[in-house]
Formats: sequence, C-alpha cells, structure tokens
Amino acid sequence: MTEQLSRPTVPTAPTPPTIEDNVNLTTGEVFLDRSTGHPVMQLKDVGVAFGGRAAVRNVSFDVFDREITALIGPSGSGKTTLLRALNRMHDTVRSAKVTGKIMLGDTDVYSGSTDPTLLRSRVGMVFQRPNPFPTMSIYENAVAGLRFNGVRKKALLDEAAESALVAAALWDSVSDRLKAHASTLSGGEQQRLCIARALAVEPEVLLMDEPTSALDPIATKRIEELIGELKSRVTIIIVTHNMQQAMRVADRCAFLLMGEDRTGELIEFSSTSKLFSEPDDPRTLDYVNGRFG
Amino acid sequence: MTTLSFDSPADPILERRRQIQGIAKATVGRRKTYSRVAIGICWVFLVIAVIPLVAVILYTLAKGLPAWSTGFFTQPTKPEGIPNGGVWNAILGTVIIGAIATAVTIPLGLLAGLFLAESDGWAAGAIRFSADVMTGVPSILMGIFGYIALVRTFGYAGWIGAFSIGMIMLPVIMRAGETAIRGVDPHLSEAGLALGARKFMIARRIVLPAALPGIITGALLAIARGVGETAPLLFTIFGNQYLQANPTKPMEALPLVIYNYSSQPYADLIQIAWGAALLLMSAVLILNIGSRWLAGFLQRERR
Repeated sequence: MTEQLSRPTVPTAPTPPTIEDNVNLTTGEVFLDRSTGHPVMQLKDVGVAFGGRAAVRNVSFDVFDREITALIGPSGSGKTTLLRALNRMHDTVRSAKVTGKIMLGDTDVYSGSTDPTLLRSRVGMVFQRPNPFPTMSIYENAVAGLRFNGVRKKALLDEAAESALVAAALWDSVSDRLKAHASTLSGGEQQRLCIARALAVEPEVLLMDEPTSALDPIATKRIEELIGELKSRVTIIIVTHNMQQAMRVADRCAFLLMGEDRTGELIEFSSTSKLFSEPDDPRTLDYVNGRFG
Repeated sequence: MTTLSFDSPADPILERRRQIQGIAKATVGRRKTYSRVAIGICWVFLVIAVIPLVAVILYTLAKGLPAWSTGFFTQPTKPEGIPNGGVWNAILGTVIIGAIATAVTIPLGLLAGLFLAESDGWAAGAIRFSADVMTGVPSILMGIFGYIALVRTFGYAGWIGAFSIGMIMLPVIMRAGETAIRGVDPHLSEAGLALGARKFMIARRIVLPAALPGIITGALLAIARGVGETAPLLFTIFGNQYLQANPTKPMEALPLVIYNYSSQPYADLIQIAWGAALLLMSAVLILNIGSRWLAGFLQRERR
C-alpha cells in the first residue's frame, strides 16, 4: 500500500530543483525545498480506544518530510481521533488508550521518557474552529507558544512572530496593529493567526483538524493556498471532510472507513493522484466517486 | 525571486527551530517544577478547604452514632430521665413538613423559572432580582414572617412551618429551574417553532424534558436545603412531644430537636440531639448524592 513516491527534489545529487515544484502559482514566489525525502512520522499498527471501545485501529503509514498528508473518510471513521493521537492530545482524556507505535524522527511519541509538552512543541496543532486566546493581543497570541516553552528573549520572540505571521499571510494586514485584540480579526484571519501561533514554535509537524470547516469559501481558499505554501517549512497532516480539498492540497492521502463494529480502520494509503484515480480498494473508489459517505 | 538552496546551516527557519527547541529543552525542568509546585499548592488549599467539612462529618458521626438504636427511630421524644426516647415524632414531622413544602414549591418554582427563562421583560427582571434577594435573606426572617402573618391567626401548626420553609426553597428552585431551562440548546426550540408549535407546547414537549436532569438536581438540592433549616420552624411549629401527623397542629421536627435538646443540661437529651443531627446530615447527604446520581443517570440514559 505504501508505494514509494519518487521525488524529483530529493537532494541525493545536488541538482537544482525545477521551478514547477517550488513556485507558488498565485504569487510567483519561489520556495526553498527543505525536504529530506524521509519519513518524519511513522505510524505502526496505531489504535485508539475510549473506555475499552476501539474508535480506530490498525493504522500504519509513514508521513514524509515537508509533504502534506491528508486523512480522509466519512464521519466516525476516526480521522480526528487518529490525528489527536499524534501529539498525545488524548493524554487529557482519562478513558483514552493509544496502542501501537508512533515515531517522530527518533522519538517514540508514547514512550515514558518522552515529555508530552516538549513533544507538542515539535508537533503543533490547528483546530476546527479558530481559537485565538481571547484576552491576548495579536502579537501575544503569535508568541504564546514560545513563551510557554520558556523563550524570553525579545529579539527571538519578535523574529519568530514576524516570520510566522508572514508565513500565515497575515503580516501585511496586522503589522500596524499587533497590540489589537485577536477578537478584532475576521474568522479567516483568526484561523490564520492560529496557524501563525502554531508555526511560531517552528514545529516539525503541523496537525490540522478540518481547519476550514468553520470558514466561508473565500477564507477557505486562502487557507488552502497557505497550506500549500507552508509545505516548504513544515510537514502537514490535515484532516478533511472535503475530498476536493484533499485533492487540491495533499501529496498523499490516508483513507479511513468505519468497519462493521463501528471502529475506524485504514483502508488505503497512497499518493493523492493514485488514491483518487486508480485506488487499490473498491471501497476507496466508491468513496472518492461520492457513492457513499 | 529567492535564490534556491538546499538545507544549509544558514537556513533561518531550521536555525530558529534548533534555537527554540534548545530553549524548550533547557527550560523543561524548571517549567515542570513550576507546574508541579503550583498544582501542589492547589492541593494544599483544597485539603484546607475540605478539613472543616470532613471534621464536622466525622465528629457528628462519632457523637451521633451511639444514639442510634431501634428505639431512636421508633419512639417519640421523651422527657429527661425516661429511657428509650427517640425522634420518631420529629422524623415524621420533618417528612410531612418537607413534603408539603415540596409539593407546593416545586410546581410553583418550576413554572416561575420557566417564565424567567423564556421572558426578558421588566417583570422577569424584577422577579429574578427579588428571588436573588430572597435567597440571601436570613432564614429566621421567614420564621418571623410566618409567625406574624399566620401563627397569630391560626396558632402554631406544621403547615405554617412548611410555608416558611417553602419561602426558603422557592427562590432556589426558581433559579435552578431557570438555569436548567436556559441551558437547553435554543436550536431545539427553534426546530419546534419551525414545525408550527406554540410556545407552551415547545416548553412542555421539548424544553422541560431536555432540562429535566438539571431541574431534578435543583429541586433535590432545594429540598435538602429546606429540611435542614431550623430558624423558620422555631416560631411556627412550636414542637410536640407526641406523635402528631396532622399538619394543622403543632409538630416536632429534626432541626428543632437538635436546637432544643442540644442546649439542655441532660446527657441523654444531648445524646438524642447528636443522633438527630447525624440523621439530618445523612438525609441531606443522601439527597445531595442522589440528585447528582439521578442527573448523571438521566443524562446517560438519553445518549
């Protein structure tokens, strides 16, 4: 299932990457490609259960460096549950139990010696609804994660905040009112602030849980463009209900489906083009053709 | 156009990532300690806050348990020196007075709460405000009010005690009902409206059933509050050594037994007062725990 995707930009031999791979078609800007072509996260037989009832199980796939991996599937297939397992968000739920193995580079995510807060500074998250901290200004929101992680140097805070706000395509509209409250921003801007807030910590992986489901189509389009641009900076795993969105933004897709016993399982993992045009599993074909779900 | 380059030490993002992760790792010990100390302080304060509660429960248990015997629950109160005295008359009185107060205040408070929840007019505002004030009024005022308004005309009677206790319970039920009803998702009401339902039909068929767990919790808590009150009974039910189930006559009640007997100089009567205190405390505790359990049970049943 995990066929290797050949990447023209993998720097085995230092040939310059082609423009097509690294150019933003709307702005004409060219990105650095930092991809190593190796997996940054590896899931082996991952399952999540709540109070003994399995919500998702048997999920194994690799998340490749600086790629966008989409988790798709109908409601109840465990996409969000799986996503939240990747940065130990289930730790706060007493009845939740995560099984299997999740590796972030050389770090075993669920090993007893892994500090969950340090882990989460390496694996950021953006949620369904924009949730900027309401009592903080735009700037304070942007540097909140850095402060939580012990960064105090003003120069570093400023530099990271600007870089993250620029990357989230928010800098131009907020640079003159960084002290304003985050609640003065529109919904789409708030979500981009949340993305900036997550980026400012410079995580290696960014988890996005249906980041556009609460936004209108125009704000959605901007976020989608943004996701494509962020790829040069951070590896992204995105949960989406929207197959067109997965098709537009993702390099690879994992298709999850709820089985007979109402437990989500991984049906297929492959490159987006393969998954949407010639998937191995007939259920994937049915789903991507809109025959159910 | 930016110049293209591969991972190089000069890459500002990778450089910053290295820097931030370094700081995060270097400070994680300090941050962990800070967090643990803060949580530890929370625990200490929690324990301090709980000590009086636990002490009262344990002390009452130790003092009251020896008073409990079969006679304690089956015999009426007896004067000092006469053995085998109980509090059966007080238990009966408390149950009857509590039942009357509950039967009157729950429908009253619930419908008033429904009105408060559904209305934002000046009348609702005024009622809400007076209900809040009434919750804060010292309970002895309710007793004095019952004495002046009713006892002087009808004489001491159980039902006047129920009236005074009801005055304590009413605002509690009203506000609890209002809160529970306001907590129901307004989209449900809208769905009812969109089906052509009238206001009261929506309340009866959609809102009240959905608010039921909260309403029951509020009602049981109000009952627990009511039966534990002493002051409203002092001037209204007089007390009665004999078994009396007729609420138009003077009655005995548990809080009254505790109040009267605990100030007596006789050891056996003080013993009875402790036993009554333990009984009342257990009843209130059971009502509290029961209301929580019932609310949780109803909530689970619906999913």
